[in-house]
Amino acid sequence: MNHLPQAWGRPRDDVYGAYDHSHFQTAGPNQHTQSPIVTGTSVVAAKFKDGVVIAADNLASYGSLARFTDVKRLRKFNDEVVVGFGGDVSDMQYLDRLLNSLDIRENYSSNDTSLNAKNLHTYLAKVMYKRRSDFNPLWNHLLIAGLDGETMPFLASADLLGTTFSSPTLATGFGAHLAQPILRRTIPDEASVANVSKEEAVKLVKECMKVLFYRDARSMDKYSIAIITKEGVDLTEDNKLENQSWAFAESIRGYGTQVN
Amino acid sequence: MTSIGTGYDLSNSVFSPDGRNFQVEYAVKAVENGGTAVGIRCKDGVVLALEKLITSKLLKAGANKRIASVDRNMGVVSSGLLPDGRHFVSRARDEAAQWRQLYKAPIPTSALANRMGSYVQMYTLYSSVRPFGVTAIVGGWDSEAELPVDGQVGSGPKVGSGGKKEGAKHGGPYLYMIEPSGLYWGYYGAATGKGRQIAKSELEKLNLSEGNLSLEEGVKEAARIIYVAHDDNKDKEFELEMTWISSIDGPTKGRHEEVPKELLEEAERLAKKSLEGDDEDEDEEKMDL
Repeated sequence: MNHLPQAWGRPRDDVYGAYDHSHFQTAGPNQHTQSPIVTGTSVVAAKFKDGVVIAADNLASYGSLARFTDVKRLRKFNDEVVVGFGGDVSDMQYLDRLLNSLDIRENYSSNDTSLNAKNLHTYLAKVMYKRRSDFNPLWNHLLIAGLDGETMPFLASADLLGTTFSSPTLATGFGAHLAQPILRRTIPDEASVANVSKEEAVKLVKECMKVLFYRDARSMDKYSIAIITKEGVDLTEDNKLENQSWAFAESIRGYGTQVN
Repeated sequence: MTSIGTGYDLSNSVFSPDGRNFQVEYAVKAVENGGTAVGIRCKDGVVLALEKLITSKLLKAGANKRIASVDRNMGVVSSGLLPDGRHFVSRARDEAAQWRQLYKAPIPTSALANRMGSYVQMYTLYSSVRPFGVTAIVGGWDSEAELPVDGQVGSGPKVGSGGKKEGAKHGGPYLYMIEPSGLYWGYYGAATGKGRQIAKSELEKLNLSEGNLSLEEGVKEAARIIYVAHDDNKDKEFELEMTWISSIDGPTKGRHEEVPKELLEEAERLAKKSLEGDDEDEDEEKMDL
């Protein structure tokens, strides 16, 4: 040991040669998340005349491995907003905690109005855009479902790029390709929302969840569904897909071991 | 105070020869001028009540709330210098948020009282600062239910470590009072401010340690005590401000909230009635004589 503190804890130059500083190189470029790790797949949502219905399965995949099978990807914010998360699960947990702290801060003073779905969508879109502008995106695609402050149904999305989008029906991930066309058959535009009842909307979304389970290899038959109306949030997290029919699988050719 | 003017009262961090910190004692004097604040720990919740003295007729009635929430399940009421109280609350909120960041769970009331006690005590040590001119009452309900960790997405493993001791009681109502010296104790009933002497003697009559008082009775008692402790000769106008925290099965579902308007008005009506009753009794006694 010598009297130079900067040398303490380092290999002795006289024994090991000059210290190679390249071992702890920090001069290179910073790198943030390049791809998600543990992921959730589609979130599906549709407006109806009194509210919004939103659903997501309970699976978190590790690549193609169905790793966690009881993951709740619909998060209730308050009595009029539910957020559905697709994409990275750890980033979802971060956002969940962020929303939790936001809710605590919002309720320090007891005011009559709480944050509505529109407010929350604006907030989350800005969080997502800020993070993508820092080149450190939160790897999620969010659907924000609820009421807009004038008790009208509200549904909008925000993604990892900070892109926002609103539509009477929305789906993320695989669902954007497979579920969206099915949803649009019944609810093609904003005007048709008024003709859709709660029961019809729930049936429609459940049908989409079934189609997604048939065709999306990263999906599962256990799912959560939330119905948001003036009366509050009805969230159930242990639903199972019913009346599955795998007859169509017989006619699929070219993937298995069959000869013809 | 015979030692006043001997120079030992000019600075924090200097003891007087008989072992006193005069700056802290002067801070207590500031508290003694504030409106009465009361906290009651009932069997199924905590009540906080405040005699909010009205300093101007131009202030909007019912606005400018003085009892503040910390996290979701705790409330703070203080008497003394109002801005010091605000800073106290701000720090308490930061402590609660920081606890959540670290432990992913709400801060227990005891831990918050401990941290705030330490914080207030720091302001008695240095000559560059003055002690807090407030005594704060912290009430909270620590959840008796098994709470999920913040951000928890699944149920986790069914077996393994992290189990709780069987038969042990978790959570419940808690009440602490933190003084300008940083001293804090847990109480069944706490009072501070102008009317603390009367309020304390009223609280003692409730036999709170027996744990029989229900939350709703506690609300009515708190209102009555504030009315009893109010000195009509010195301060004419005041507003009664009350908040409560119940268990998860109770009316506030474990959250710190304002007492609903109907119950507050009912409690105020009963409080006024009991005061009138006292006067009548006195009159009758005089008649007997």
